[in-house]
Amino acid sequence: MATEAKVDPMHQFTIEPLFGTDHWALGGFNIAFTNSALWMLISAVVLYAFMLGGMKRELVPGRWQMMVESMTGFIENMLSANVGKEGRKYLPYVFSLFMFILFANLLGLLPLGLVGLHPFTFTSHFTATGVLAILSFSIVLVVGFTKHGLHFFSLFVPHGTPLPMIPLIFVIELVSFLVRPFSLGLRLFVAMMAGHVLLEVLSSFVIGGANAGAFFMGLVSIPSFILMVAICALEILVAGIQAYVFALLTSLYINDAEHLH
Amino acid sequence: MPQISQLAATYSSQIFWMLVIFGAVFFLVGRGMAPKVLETMEGRDQKIAADLAAAEAARHEAQAQDDAWKAAAAKQRGEAQALIAAAKAEAAKAAEVRLAAAGADADAKVTAAEARIAAAREGALAEIETVAADAAAEIAARVAGLTVAADAARAAVKDVLHG
Repeated sequence: MATEAKVDPMHQFTIEPLFGTDHWALGGFNIAFTNSALWMLISAVVLYAFMLGGMKRELVPGRWQMMVESMTGFIENMLSANVGKEGRKYLPYVFSLFMFILFANLLGLLPLGLVGLHPFTFTSHFTATGVLAILSFSIVLVVGFTKHGLHFFSLFVPHGTPLPMIPLIFVIELVSFLVRPFSLGLRLFVAMMAGHVLLEVLSSFVIGGANAGAFFMGLVSIPSFILMVAICALEILVAGIQAYVFALLTSLYINDAEHLH
Repeated sequence: MPQISQLAATYSSQIFWMLVIFGAVFFLVGRGMAPKVLETMEGRDQKIAADLAAAEAARHEAQAQDDAWKAAAAKQRGEAQALIAAAKAEAAKAAEVRLAAAGADADAKVTAAEARIAAAREGALAEIETVAADAAAEIAARVAGLTVAADAARAAVKDVLHG
């Protein structure tokens, strides 16, 4: 029992410095190029390659150009529906956000373990999703205060609030506003981590059941494997939904900053 | 949970690379490529709208030309019918005149013929009187041995013939 290899479902989230860069530092802070950074780079490169297919700019688009255009049009629609005509200037940010998260989530699901590589889903780290959440939140703050000045605080007092309720409502709204970056970052991190842990746990059932003999293989391994297939499909859905939710909430928050209430 | 246990060791690297790589994505993809893709889509939409407008204008033009052609055709048909009516009226008039002339001619001929017939009858009657007078004189001479003067015989015949 003690010699048996233990499957640690959390091991997949371990960050390891690559290429002997663990001593890299900038201003005293460690900036080692880790497997997480590598997968950020891979996502960025794949996204860039995907977008190159949309740069043919033909009048009658091919399949690839059509895909890129439908993605861009999707974000453009979302922004114009949620923010209005001012939403156009946030397209570069929201589009980058959506596509980067989407590609990161999908690439992290690739079954590269079959060929000995280990995909790393950096969106399952709140240090990574937190940066994006704080970026979105900062944009909201910067836009809100530059556009409306101190009037931006009226965001925390909805129209028609009775006068005695204003202090209470103000505090509640302020707290719900300040919680936004945390909920934004944590939602993505938790959703991605939970899916990957679940897959890892189920795969350990498959392996453990198969090692325990034919009876347990039939009882445990095969049902677990079927469940894994279904959950893989669910995870692909979650990958898209979480990227969409992140971009949607960002555009809703930007709408608050642009138009108050 | 490596996210927490490795937090102190990895947070700076995570934040640094996230900012660098997402920054690159933002500038290259977000600012560089996405607006161009949108531009292409808008250009296409505008082209389609312009083409549709041009087609609509061409349809209107064709409709207007068709209307004009129909109006011209109706006008020409009216003119042609007026011409036909005028020609018909003229022909009818001419025919009437000629008919009248021919009628008059025929009337004159009939009158002349009637006059000739009357004259011939008159002549014939006179002839018969003469012949009858001669025959009466002859008969009188043969039967009664009377010599009747020609004038007396004629008067007698005339009396008999005319009551």
